[in-house]
Amino acid sequence: MKIIVCVKQVPDTNEIRINPETGTLIRDGVPSILNPDDANALEEALKIKDQYPDTHVTVVTMGPPQAKDMLMECLAMGADEAFLASDRILGGSDTWATSNAISAAIKKIGDFDIVFAGRQAIDGDTAQVGPQIAERLGLPQVTYVSDFALSEDKKTITVKRALEDGYEVVEVQTPCMLTAIKELNKPRYMSASGIANACKAEIPVWSAADLGVDQSVVGLKASPTNVFRSFTPLPKGKGMMLEGDDEKELAHNLLIQLKSRNVI
Amino acid sequence: MAVQVLKDKCRGCKLCLRSCPFSAIIMKGTNAVITEKCNSCGQCVANCPFEAIEKTSEGGEAGDLSAYKNIWVFAEQREGKLMNVALELIGEGYRLAREIGNDTKVCALLIGDQVDHLVQECYAYGADRVYLIQSPLLSSYTTDGYAKVICDAITEYKPEIVLYGATHIGRDLAPRIAARLNTGLTADCTRLDVKVSSYIDYAKKNTTLNTATLDPNDPDTGLKQTRPAFGGNLMATIICPRTRPQMSTVRPGVMQKRDREDGATGELVTITPKLQETDIRTKVLEIVKTAREMVALSDAEIICSGGRGLGNAEGFELIRQLADKVGGVVGASRAAVDAGWIDHSHQVGQTGTTVKPKIYFACGISGAIQHLAGMQNSDVIIAINKNPDAPIFEVADYGILGDLYKVIPEIIAAWDDAADIYKKSLQ
Repeated sequence: MKIIVCVKQVPDTNEIRINPETGTLIRDGVPSILNPDDANALEEALKIKDQYPDTHVTVVTMGPPQAKDMLMECLAMGADEAFLASDRILGGSDTWATSNAISAAIKKIGDFDIVFAGRQAIDGDTAQVGPQIAERLGLPQVTYVSDFALSEDKKTITVKRALEDGYEVVEVQTPCMLTAIKELNKPRYMSASGIANACKAEIPVWSAADLGVDQSVVGLKASPTNVFRSFTPLPKGKGMMLEGDDEKELAHNLLIQLKSRNVI
Repeated sequence: MAVQVLKDKCRGCKLCLRSCPFSAIIMKGTNAVITEKCNSCGQCVANCPFEAIEKTSEGGEAGDLSAYKNIWVFAEQREGKLMNVALELIGEGYRLAREIGNDTKVCALLIGDQVDHLVQECYAYGADRVYLIQSPLLSSYTTDGYAKVICDAITEYKPEIVLYGATHIGRDLAPRIAARLNTGLTADCTRLDVKVSSYIDYAKKNTTLNTATLDPNDPDTGLKQTRPAFGGNLMATIICPRTRPQMSTVRPGVMQKRDREDGATGELVTITPKLQETDIRTKVLEIVKTAREMVALSDAEIICSGGRGLGNAEGFELIRQLADKVGGVVGASRAAVDAGWIDHSHQVGQTGTTVKPKIYFACGISGAIQHLAGMQNSDVIIAINKNPDAPIFEVADYGILGDLYKVIPEIIAAWDDAADIYKKSLQ
């Protein structure tokens, strides 16, 4: 089988703090990581490769040159090949423009049976690029995949798609696009041999021209959505710290406050 | 004016290359691409057998957009029941439509099989018009089926705005439609404005934004879509100035539904879908319900949430006892979910459920920004934490510095006697 996994390098948003004086983001020292849902997408592809060793797993990303570090990590986990789409022209792309660039990269990589992606990236949380790539490539899609099974002839895929209050069981034929959520699996660590292979690997970098896309479909100007304004939310005013000599008194003082304000 | 190739329609036949008097079209991969040599003569547009080339005005002048009118709400239903978020969006659409004025209507887009009983429901919550699309092929949600009938309807009726709930269905469907129609989509919005003056009011009350650069008399009624970014650290307002419709997914539990008005009526437009079985490439074999509390979370009046400070999965037993006593449901922080102590369906926050209950108990939750993003609009927040520097105390109405394993049992013990305790305190 041939599997392509779309990945993204993201800042670890858990590590971002706000400067309380200026209200701006403190991004210095925030580590860049492989987007968590994308790690699940890659893991599922690697599990298929574990079962069928002739499977070829390709990872692809769009981002700045340093996204290569993350691709190295993917190779060290066990991916066979990695490509980076990187070009100033691609900068400022919204999800529509991003999906144009990545689907062009996937077309350039060649034929495939499955395209995997994470459901969403933790820096934008949009969950839009996966379905938009699927649309560009004319593929059926299943998002929020929490369980995956492949038929023996490797043509039919049965997945669980998570819903808010349960899940649905969905059947789809290859080729298709699947987006992974955390419940799908537990991503493996890099292996020693994987790291050795990754160090030897060449990671081709593709420009917009290599992808055959131009400023009419990628980048800031082509993007249908623009940022109008951005700002930090106003912190809610600090309330009252309750006092009391022991836990019982604290609890009682809480109830007195709630009663006095008719909350309960 | 500019000429562009619609990539998904282009079949790579190269007829346009031959038709171009300026050799301005080249092949890149399987698609024709217009280069800078193009002088927008439009020869290729007429010669393309697949309608894959179109001529548009650059930057989209108002004239192109004026054909689009009204606000549509995807009236998501599951098993013949409208989702709460659909009613919330009809309410929000109603508000925005009146702000735009000019006889703008809020229209519900109702899709399914045998769902006509929901038409009245849409009117009752404020819809001026309902577009009804029914077919046995639409009985359960599929991306292919729903995307096709909605794209067809949007192309025919040209709404100015389309709103979807940011549910697992809305977030699967809307990006597919946005890509096919080549228009913008903004995910997980928590605030929508059309009038600049309303946006300024909102910004002044709730944000650090300097509104001096905005003109309250600006006649612009483009959709200003505000959403959290970077895990809730930052808010961004997104616009979609050149393409229509403007589309958003909106977080459930954020917008206000209108009071139900029995007997309200509206205009029904029935659309016969052009849909075949072969259009739908996924097959839903089974729908299984597991958690009930997830649904309950966004509607709950009281939520008792536990975080990393619980120390272990058993800690949620105490949270559950508290919830049972106060008539609430159990929530959790991402840290507790990531630790595997409780199912993801309980997660409150940016990547979980957004909630705004009357009372929110945050027990052993430090208050990571991504958690705060999902609960800081609660009416009353009560934080119990051992760490005096925990950020949760910055947003809490009432903070209790202490060991939750000692404090919570006292709250449970005293809860039923609250009235007496209050009376005594007044004496």
